[in-house]
Amino acid sequence: MNFDPRYSGRNFSSVGTRPIRPDGVDKVTGRARYGADFNMAGQLVGRILRSPHAHAVIKKIDTSKAEKLAGVKAVITAADLPDLTEGDAAMYDILDNCMARKKALYDGHAVAAVAAIDARIARQALKLIEVDYEVLPHVTDVDEAMKHHAPLINDAIFTEGLEEKPVKPSNVCKRTQYGHGDVHQGFAEADTIVERSFKTEQTHQGYIEPHACVASVNPDGTADLWVCTQGHFVYRQHCAQLLGLEASKLRVTSSEIGGGFGGKTHVWAEPVALALSRKAGRPVKLVMTRDEVFRASGPTSATSIDVKIGARKDGTITAAEATLRYSCGPYAGMWAEIGAMTAFACYKLENVKTVGYEVLVNRPKTAAYRAPSAPMAAFAVESAVDELAKEIGMDPVDFRIKNAAQEGTRASYGPVYGPIGIGPTLEAVKNHPHMKAPLGPNQGRGMACGFWFNFGGQTCTDLNIGMDGSVSLAVGTVDVGGSRASLSLVAAEELGIDYSHVKAIVADTSSLGYNDMTDGSRSTFSSSMATISAARNAVKILRERAAQMWDISVDDVAWENGHAVAKGEKHGNLGKLSLKEIAAQSGKTGGPIAGHSELVADGAGVSFATHICDIEVDPDTGSTRVLRYTVVQDAGKAVHPTYVEGQYQGGAAQGIGWALNEEYIYGKDGRLQNPGFLDYRIPVCSDLPMIDTQILEIPNPNHPYGVRGVGETSIVPPLAAIANAVSNAVGVRMTHIPMSPPRILAALEAEREG
Amino acid sequence: MVAVTLWGSLGAAAGGQSKLDIEAKDIRELFRKLAEQYPAFEPLIDRGIAVAIDGTIYRDTWSKELPEGSEIFLLPRLAGG
Repeated sequence: MNFDPRYSGRNFSSVGTRPIRPDGVDKVTGRARYGADFNMAGQLVGRILRSPHAHAVIKKIDTSKAEKLAGVKAVITAADLPDLTEGDAAMYDILDNCMARKKALYDGHAVAAVAAIDARIARQALKLIEVDYEVLPHVTDVDEAMKHHAPLINDAIFTEGLEEKPVKPSNVCKRTQYGHGDVHQGFAEADTIVERSFKTEQTHQGYIEPHACVASVNPDGTADLWVCTQGHFVYRQHCAQLLGLEASKLRVTSSEIGGGFGGKTHVWAEPVALALSRKAGRPVKLVMTRDEVFRASGPTSATSIDVKIGARKDGTITAAEATLRYSCGPYAGMWAEIGAMTAFACYKLENVKTVGYEVLVNRPKTAAYRAPSAPMAAFAVESAVDELAKEIGMDPVDFRIKNAAQEGTRASYGPVYGPIGIGPTLEAVKNHPHMKAPLGPNQGRGMACGFWFNFGGQTCTDLNIGMDGSVSLAVGTVDVGGSRASLSLVAAEELGIDYSHVKAIVADTSSLGYNDMTDGSRSTFSSSMATISAARNAVKILRERAAQMWDISVDDVAWENGHAVAKGEKHGNLGKLSLKEIAAQSGKTGGPIAGHSELVADGAGVSFATHICDIEVDPDTGSTRVLRYTVVQDAGKAVHPTYVEGQYQGGAAQGIGWALNEEYIYGKDGRLQNPGFLDYRIPVCSDLPMIDTQILEIPNPNHPYGVRGVGETSIVPPLAAIANAVSNAVGVRMTHIPMSPPRILAALEAEREG
Repeated sequence: MVAVTLWGSLGAAAGGQSKLDIEAKDIRELFRKLAEQYPAFEPLIDRGIAVAIDGTIYRDTWSKELPEGSEIFLLPRLAGG
């Protein structure tokens, strides 16, 4: 990488301001085009037939009647999506999830699909497809699935990570372990030990926009895909591999996105749409219903976690241990492993051990959800930390400050930390007015910390300067949270021009080099680094052009505040040349002026947050109301503070829903009982207070402006902060998320009965 | 020569060792020598391994130098949301 990413420290003129986002007008006027808003001439309607069984062998599929229905143009099954994954187990799982091959593995698993001239005929066709199932016993609960008598979901899975190679297949696909020191010795040194078991139920990311795409495969092997995604380059790779297409011949255009939060990081229905289009010879539009989104896409893990923490009377934690069991759906994952890595990451621990178990269940394939796996681990750990502080008689904030990780601390997941922000977030919370505000009857206050890694990744950016001096910026990271505004600010900062002269777009896969997707809180971190690099390359050309116009050496031309400036006494009479003036002459000085950048952005820097929550509980009904909520988080450098605050607030809002209401509820038949927003209730505005935010700026040494990722960490503390608040309000330790009214009443009743 | 610490489940690929001394100037050379000395590493490297150098995690910058005396920690490549 021919670019120095190190933090340099500088004063900013554009970065740190709060201009209106460039996509704002289109979004509030309804002009913005989302996944389902794109249409092609002659397009067909795609629909997917899904299994009504949680676990069943697919003995036979007869599509003949559907194929004969007038208006049906294509019917496909797994036979139309042959295995081209060449031993890539992760891709095979994605393929099998897109279209079941031998077994239906969960309620909602795709088994066939049709393309027809309209939705009515497509629905009729689905009813004409005859699937002969052999229904098998199923298991949907993570603890039940680990028992030796549980129905086996995949007889080719043998537990990885055991000291002895297992001889029998298992629903536990992997065991992982992290930590250092000697926890037995540490617990022996403790004066007080808290040991608790916790559960969290499965939740959906709850993106408002369902999965949607239009696919068009041409007879010459080229294809187009218009799709709602967090990563159109990744979708191109997946689809090309699964359908045997050449990646460069498949152009993928990302639409505006109505939320993803990790749920749109790998393909679900897009290969099906492409396969239907290939067979029908016409474009196919495929939009999931809400029912399908819930039953067959996205959810995070359900978990079961045991935590044990010991401390001395002076408040020093001597040992910490956790066993984490995470559901993966029916395919192998690394969700418990991430939980095991993040669980104790906030703390400075001499003796720590975490063990993770990845557990297969007959539920949809688990997908990433905003700092995946960390919120559940934080819920368990931060609940136990709160309880331990109380038992010792210390203020929970002071207890955490005493044990907080700092620069030089060995993280519970292994490496030694560089400069980190957990301590400053705790100090900010300790001094925040929220912590001193009075509480009324049946009200409780809780606080909790959270950690997330943040990533960078492959990034490619083009910056083009028009002859009128305006700048177009083409990036390859999908804008999920205002990154076009942030990246325009960065381009303006580097070039020394006004933000209003920069227009950022998300380019399609044929217009730009490969970009990793928008995940891991990476978009602004990575693309701003690439934008800085591209802008500096453009400035180099601007200086060369100015040198031509002045007929002097480029070595004598500097770039200052959007102008070329001739340096040296011999050039004292030359005035400045603005970017606009240089651009106007570009046709006569060498042609278009542009800057390009391709790089791997690494060193994103870990992130910490601390949240405070006040809650009121009705002891008669168990209903809850969030009264006040405050987020304190380190952003490195907030490029566009309004959107940083938006990320903080969004994560907290999703965490509030997860903590209090949201839950996948399965019946004894293994079918999802609440696949809709009426019965799966996410918070709406009237459920939430104004979520206050405090941005801390501790520069990331691995980014020129000090930027860190901010998108995910904000969902890590809420489950624990709210659980601590509810527990303080009702005087009973809450150990099961969500803390819905029936669960709170049951906890109160159990307490009364002793 | 750099000392490399392996995360729990990776140790199995190195015959149960959790720490290795490897002569490598950058991440690319480290991965090449790991795969040469311990063939079980090759599929794991293909699947994705992140390298923490003095606490900073690198996922794809294989040209990143490994300074003498630095702490090198191998971690799984993680998913994000």
